[in-house]
Order: sequence, then structure tokens, then C-alpha cells
Amino acid sequence: MSSIQKAFQNGKVFFAFLTCGDPDLQTTAAAVRAAVAGGADLVELGIPFSDPTAEGPLIQEANLRALQNGVTTDQIFDLVRELRLEVKVPMVFMTYANVVFSYGAERFISTCQAIGIDGLVLPDLPLEEKGEFQPLCLQYGLDLISLIAPTSRERIARIARDAEGFLYLVSSPEVTGAGKESHTGLASIVNVVRQNTDLPCVIGFHTSTPAHAGSLAALSDGIIAESAIVSLLKTYGNAAPAHIEAYVRSIKEAMKPNTPLQATGHQICSAAEQRGIWSSLHFGRC
Amino acid sequence: MSNPNGRFGIHGGQYIPEILMHAVTELEEAYNHYRQDPSFNRELTTLLNEYAGRPSRLYYAEKMTRDLGGARIYLKREDLNHTGSHKINNVLGQALLAKKMGKTRLIAETGAGQHGVATATAAALLGMKCVVYMGQEDTIRQALNVYRMRLLGAEVVPVKTGTATLKDAVSEAMRAWTSRIEDTHYCLGSVMGPHPFPTLVRDFQAVISREVKSQLMEREGLLPDAVLACVGGGSNAMGSFYHFIEEKSVRLIGCEAAGRGIDTFETAATIATGRPGIFHGMKSYFCQDQYGQIAPVYSISAGLDYPGIGPEHAYLHDTGRAEYVSVTDEEAVAAFEYLSQTEGIIPAIESAHAVAHAMQLAPGMRKDQIIVITISGRGDKDCAAIARYRGEDIHE
Repeated sequence: MSSIQKAFQNGKVFFAFLTCGDPDLQTTAAAVRAAVAGGADLVELGIPFSDPTAEGPLIQEANLRALQNGVTTDQIFDLVRELRLEVKVPMVFMTYANVVFSYGAERFISTCQAIGIDGLVLPDLPLEEKGEFQPLCLQYGLDLISLIAPTSRERIARIARDAEGFLYLVSSPEVTGAGKESHTGLASIVNVVRQNTDLPCVIGFHTSTPAHAGSLAALSDGIIAESAIVSLLKTYGNAAPAHIEAYVRSIKEAMKPNTPLQATGHQICSAAEQRGIWSSLHFGRC
Repeated sequence: MSNPNGRFGIHGGQYIPEILMHAVTELEEAYNHYRQDPSFNRELTTLLNEYAGRPSRLYYAEKMTRDLGGARIYLKREDLNHTGSHKINNVLGQALLAKKMGKTRLIAETGAGQHGVATATAAALLGMKCVVYMGQEDTIRQALNVYRMRLLGAEVVPVKTGTATLKDAVSEAMRAWTSRIEDTHYCLGSVMGPHPFPTLVRDFQAVISREVKSQLMEREGLLPDAVLACVGGGSNAMGSFYHFIEEKSVRLIGCEAAGRGIDTFETAATIATGRPGIFHGMKSYFCQDQYGQIAPVYSISAGLDYPGIGPEHAYLHDTGRAEYVSVTDEEAVAAFEYLSQTEGIIPAIESAHAVAHAMQLAPGMRKDQIIVITISGRGDKDCAAIARYRGEDIHE
């Protein structure tokens, strides 16, 4: 069992995502510590890319700010080395295939293992192209995370069977199908995942309301805050860590079983699904 | 040339977000079906001939030949197509395919505006909605084409992210497709992006080399010795090369935009200055820094101002079947003026890159040898920018 899977043993998880180097690496380090102090179970560190084609404006801008500040992959490796002295929760990198490929896939992936990175999330690496890095990830003990979208349909089962670590369910709010029932609802996607793998399934979201986060967590094994922390960093800059800790704490509270919010939240979510509005989900638009 | 997964050697593939996989799979299935459908092909041929004005002329440039004193020079006149460039070949194919698939909306990226104008045209003809993403920088460089697209009923969205040029327009069109795949077809303008686009666009552009081959055979009873075309993403070049790939005696020469020179940072010459990478859905060569960040590129030509090259070109380069040379802004502008004054043909500044290399190549070749240059588009759109380049303060 990978360390990522172990993180799911104590109940529903909260994944904190942020873009490294926005506004600077010292703040990134402080933000990660704050998220973990607030109760984050896993951390997803974005390595900025010049052309993040799967992101909306908020995260695009975070990527560009980080790059304008001169942040490099090597500096981010150093940051992880430093964080690993105290941060014990699993950490994964989120970046684009070219950042790994161009660095030299083996050099990149072996360095990940050496510095204590547990997995890789690459939004431009669908099932068909996993072979690009999968053998190396296997060799160096990294989970190469598979993503599922609301448009995945008949692909969901295949993706789930091939997955490692956990399944990452993503979406885009505007992929609505405008009344057509061709889009499977979140719950039914999770259901198909469950039928095909024992791996946990995590939902990416970008609203910041604890109620909605709680309702999504109730549907799955955990949630990834795609934009909330990035947004706090944008607003508060190097003063963001205190806000991040408070935010994570509030989400973790809402995720607890039997939290009254959960029932309400679930209804909100179901209503949203009926309207075909995926306001919470990501790798699209936030 | 490609295997079922859209690979050309190591290049190509489908490096795109999961959310788009369904759409490209659906497109691939539809294309595999309709490419063999006689009625689809009849309909497309009728559009190409009756509407776009094919076959385009293969013109013997006698004055240019005499002036350069070497190989006989023929110009493949894609500039004479309806909408003024080769882009219409691909667009009519994709728009018709999209219509058969039940899509009601076309989106496209554009650099110089030629592909955007062609897409807006096809959308008007086939009664489809159209949105074109264009780098803000390019909307200024090519203001006339922005107006043409709007006149044709399309919405033009200026893209302000990144370098605000073609690469950013492609990224934004991909994002826009992600958010609306049900009724929308992304009409990609070059032999790039995820499979099946590089194959599909090449097939629709292959009409260029099919015609050149038969037109030249009819006139000269010979194959050309060299075929030259400009390369950004590489669609007119791929179309010009395709039916000659198996004819090993024919040199295939792609002319990249060197901008201010391949030893400067202001260049868009991917083969000369790039290295293998993964971007915009494909593995190919890209201009990038040591960490894989895509480089801001530059060329006077908005249509060649792209940091990558189509995967089949990357493969033709790897195998040595095609040669790729770099042409500077200065050389391209000189060729733009030369062809205008020598033959009375104003080429697109993109196509002028191929003319420029032919001007160097022809004098060293024998008089019984033949060069074909694809004039991918007409240069009306470039006149104001070239005038400014030469220091004349004119605006459209």
C-alpha cells in the first residue's frame, strides 16, 4: 500500500493544492505548513508551467506570477527537501507533461522519490499516454494519478482499473450538456469507480463554502481544494498562511461525519446536479 | 503515415486533459467513417471545386526563373483560393465533418487571421455559429482580418494571456472546447494538436500535392526536384509534401520563420532552435527553456509565430526525409517585394519565407530542374505591416 493510500485510512481526506512560488517560495513553505496545521491530509504542489492549458484564469495567473518570479523546478525540489524535514503527510506534484519530459523523465521522477514526493498529477496525460511515465513511476515508487472527467463516460471503468494511489474526479462547470442527460452525475461516476477499483476516489472542487465541500466529501473519499488556497494566496500574499490554516480547519470541520451541514450540502449538490451545473469542479474554469 | 494512436515515430499522441478525450475519440470515429463515405467525399469535392475554386493553378514563374538563372520555378497558387489561402481546404473538410456529427458551432484559433476567416466563411456557408480565438497582439497586427471575420458573422475573442499570440489562441480555444464539447467542434487550423488532428488536417490539405503532381506531370511529364513551403504548425507544407514523400527524388524543404535570426531570442524557428517536448496535445519539437517552459517566439509573420511544429514534420525531420531551413524577417520581406515586382503576385508574408529560400536555391540548380513553391496565401493582409516595416507610416 502506498503512503497515499495509507492517508485514506483515517476517514475522508482533505487535499490542499497550491502553486509553488506564488507569491514566493517562502510563502509556499509557510502555506503548506499552515494547511497541514489546519488538518490537510495530503498536499498537492503545483509546479508552474508557462501554458497551463487545463486551467482557468485564477490558476493560470498563479502559474505566470510564479514564473515571473523566476521559480524553477530545481528550486521547488529544494523547497520539498526543506518541507520534508517536518511535513509528514503525503505530497504529490501537479504539473504538465512537458515539465517532467523536458527535465528528463527519469531524472525528474527519481528526484521525486529522493526528496519524498509520493505521486504525480499530470492533467495532460490521459490514460492513452500514461505509458510515457508509468514504468518510471513504478520503478521509483510514485503513484501516477489518473483523472476522470464528467465527459469520461464509458472510459471511467477502464481508467479506474488502471489507476494507482487514488482516482481524481475533475470537471468543468460549463460542461453541462444543457439539459441532455448524457452527463453522468457525480454520484454515479463515483459508483462506477467503486465497481472497478478499491482505490479511493477524490473530488476536485473550487467553491470555498464548507457546506458544499462537506457534501462532496460525503459523496466520495475526499476532496481537493483546487482554487481556495490559490485564491487566498492571491488575496493575502505572504500574509495568507494564517487564513489558509483557518480555512482548512473550517473545511475539515464540515467534512466530519454527522455534521449537520452535510445533509443540507448534499441537497444543494443534488439540486445543482439536476440543473446540470457543476459549479464546484475543476481543471477548467476557475 | 501515422499508426492508430496517431504516432509519427516518437511524435504525435494525445497529450490532452481527460475531459477532451471523449471529444477527440468521437472525432476520430466520425472521421474514419466519413473519409470512406463516397457521398461525403462527393460533397466535399463539390465545395472545394465550386465554392473554393479548386484546383488551384500551378503557375510557371517565367520571369523569376529567368531572373534567378537556374531551376524552373512553379508557383502553386493557394493564394487564389476563396478566402485567400490554403486554410479553406482544411476548414471545408472539418466543417462538413462537424455538420455530419451534428455539431452546430465551430470554434477556431487563428494567428494571421487566415484560418479564422476561412472558418468564419465555412460557418456562414453551412449555417453554423462561429467563435474565433485570436491573440490580442495579432488582432492589432491583422485588424483587417478581424473585421472580415466579424463581417462573416463570427465572434472574435481577443486572447490576452501569455504572449497574446497564436500559441495562446490555441490554448484558449482548447479551454473553450473543454467547456463546451456537446455542440461544438474545434476546427484546428494546422497539422498539430492531439490525434486525430495532425492526420485529419494533413489529409484535407493533401489536395495540394495531389494537384501539383498531376499538373506538373501534364505540363512537364516530370516530378519536381524540390518542393518548398513555409512552416509554422506546418499545414500547407504537409499538404504540399504529402504525395511526394514516397518519391525519394523530390527534395522536401520546409521554411521556418527565423524572425530576427536563429541566434537571437526573437525567432520562431522550431527545428533550428527547439528540442523535443510535449505541448498542445502532441509530442514534437518546441522552443522552450531548460525547464520545459514554452518560449515566447517572434516572427514578423503572425501565421508562423508558433513555438512548435506538427508531429509529422518532426518525424520527417528525424528521418531526414524533409529538410527544414530558417528564413529571417528581412529575407522574407525582400522576397515579398521581389515576387510582387517580378511576377505581379503579392504573397502572404508567411509564403514569402518559402519564396526567399527558393531565391537562394534556384540559381545553384540546373536549368532542367524544377522547383515548386507553395504560395500558401495572398499578401493583401500584410501590406500595411510591411509598409511599416519599411518605415512608411500607413494604417488600415
